[in-house]
Amino acid sequence: MPKIAMDVVVLENKHLSDDVKELIVYAPDIAKQAMPGQFVHLKVIKSEPLLRRPISIASVDEAKGTLSLIYRIVGKGTAAIADLKAENQVNCLGPLGHGFDLTCKRPLLIGGGMGIAPLIFLAQRLCPATTSILMGGRNKAELFWQKRYEGLVNEIFITTDDGSLGVKGFTVTLLPELLKTKQYDRIFVCGPEIMMAGVAKIAQSHGVACQVSLEKHMACGLGACLSCTCESKDGSKRKKVCKDGPVFWAQEVF
Amino acid sequence: MKQNSRLATEIAGIKMKTPVMTASGTFGFGEEFSEFVDLNQIGAIVVKGTTLKPRSGNTGVRIAETPSGMLNCIGLENPGIEYFLTDILPRISHYDAPIIVNISGSSVEEYGILAKKLDIPEIAAIELNISCPNVKEGGIIFGTDPLSAAAVVKEAKKNTKKPVIAKLSPNVTDIVVMAKAVEEAGADVISMINTLLGMAININSWKPVLGNVTGGLSGPAVKPIALRMVWQVAQAVHIPIIGMGGIMKAEDAIEFFLAGASAVAVGTANFVNPSAAEDVAKGIIKYLEKKNVEHISQLVGQLKCN
Repeated sequence: MPKIAMDVVVLENKHLSDDVKELIVYAPDIAKQAMPGQFVHLKVIKSEPLLRRPISIASVDEAKGTLSLIYRIVGKGTAAIADLKAENQVNCLGPLGHGFDLTCKRPLLIGGGMGIAPLIFLAQRLCPATTSILMGGRNKAELFWQKRYEGLVNEIFITTDDGSLGVKGFTVTLLPELLKTKQYDRIFVCGPEIMMAGVAKIAQSHGVACQVSLEKHMACGLGACLSCTCESKDGSKRKKVCKDGPVFWAQEVF
Repeated sequence: MKQNSRLATEIAGIKMKTPVMTASGTFGFGEEFSEFVDLNQIGAIVVKGTTLKPRSGNTGVRIAETPSGMLNCIGLENPGIEYFLTDILPRISHYDAPIIVNISGSSVEEYGILAKKLDIPEIAAIELNISCPNVKEGGIIFGTDPLSAAAVVKEAKKNTKKPVIAKLSPNVTDIVVMAKAVEEAGADVISMINTLLGMAININSWKPVLGNVTGGLSGPAVKPIALRMVWQVAQAVHIPIIGMGGIMKAEDAIEFFLAGASAVAVGTANFVNPSAAEDVAKGIIKYLEKKNVEHISQLVGQLKCN
């Protein structure tokens, strides 16, 4: 199925926390094609900002034909997206990139910060009885995601930097113990690069296959501008995060 | 889009269905855009800057958005000429759009070697990148000194029968001097402008935004400068000009034709609207119909200053 660039209608754009919002757009053609781990490239239909902004797909409702895009307001681009109101239009290019490999039986999802968003869509496509999630954040206020995962996962583990919720520390603090006591056959991780590198290392030492989802500044999203390429660690050519990824096997990039 | 007689253009023997090409570095090798544009219908595909050996480009952040524009410091990442010829070219040579290869050398001789390797039927023309602001050797060094620029053009011409396009840098005191130098050295076409050297600073970290500190500015922000330079050069040379710099829509392109460009290229616009090359051409047809102009060439250099 071809990729699509089209003006789509905003149904909702609401705050989930002070600086995190959820944009819901009506885009049935993209919703039908999208796979967990893919993203859309949004262009606010006014002159500024000039470039598109890549936003991961947080969930899909195929019946309603909608996409949920959860984003943190960090700069001018996301601020412009945050200004969108219901019934406004936004240009949506996608779905782009390669998503997660779903051929596993007992996956552990690991999300840090905004990396928790695309894992919702992933959990939607996995079996709730055998899927667990480990989520980490700076504090309790950042971890407002539990409700989103109700019915999608079997177990939720939480870490916070300040100990205000769950285990004090980082996801990598808790991970070795989880891998020792549970029988996971796959790890999917999305979050800050340093966290993903740490998770990848622990996964490897426990012999668990691991996929990571990278984030980079990008212009075209189609593999042409080469803004987002990264070195590959498996001896192959440089990887394009937008097109070869954003999801990679950990050993390809770490 | 059906072929339109108002747009068919030939410059220096390069036959194009429309005078709207894609700018090197903004359109990959064309195939990345095949779902959004009909590669049989666009003017020409100018592929990503190619070097003798593969290059991995610059490290760190490579793009930054700026008011009405963007900075990039990719640093000529490309798989090298051999890989292009053996792996990529066979995948794209069947399209109707002529393929123009942008080449970059670290010495005058390298431009000659590259030009010779590209003297093959699948290639329509060679564009000399003497204006990349993001690499230490090669690129812009040849584009800021008229004698070096002329030497590169002569070396390329000696090694190929293909039309040679010299891509000029705006990062010079007087671009007319450069244009005359490459014309005299035998360039068949001038393309202009490459990006303007710029930078951006993060005031929280006190660090440059770009990994390479400086980068090339493109997009609507540079259009007035590009237009002015095309207009200046058009008065001074007799060879055709491919105008580019911030063209987002047909109206922008028409300004370039009026300033003296015989063809145009869309660059940054491809990142925003992957169908830009086709959309600009369609818009030009509408404009010509409305103005009752039979052919695009009738606009070239028609700017009325009095």
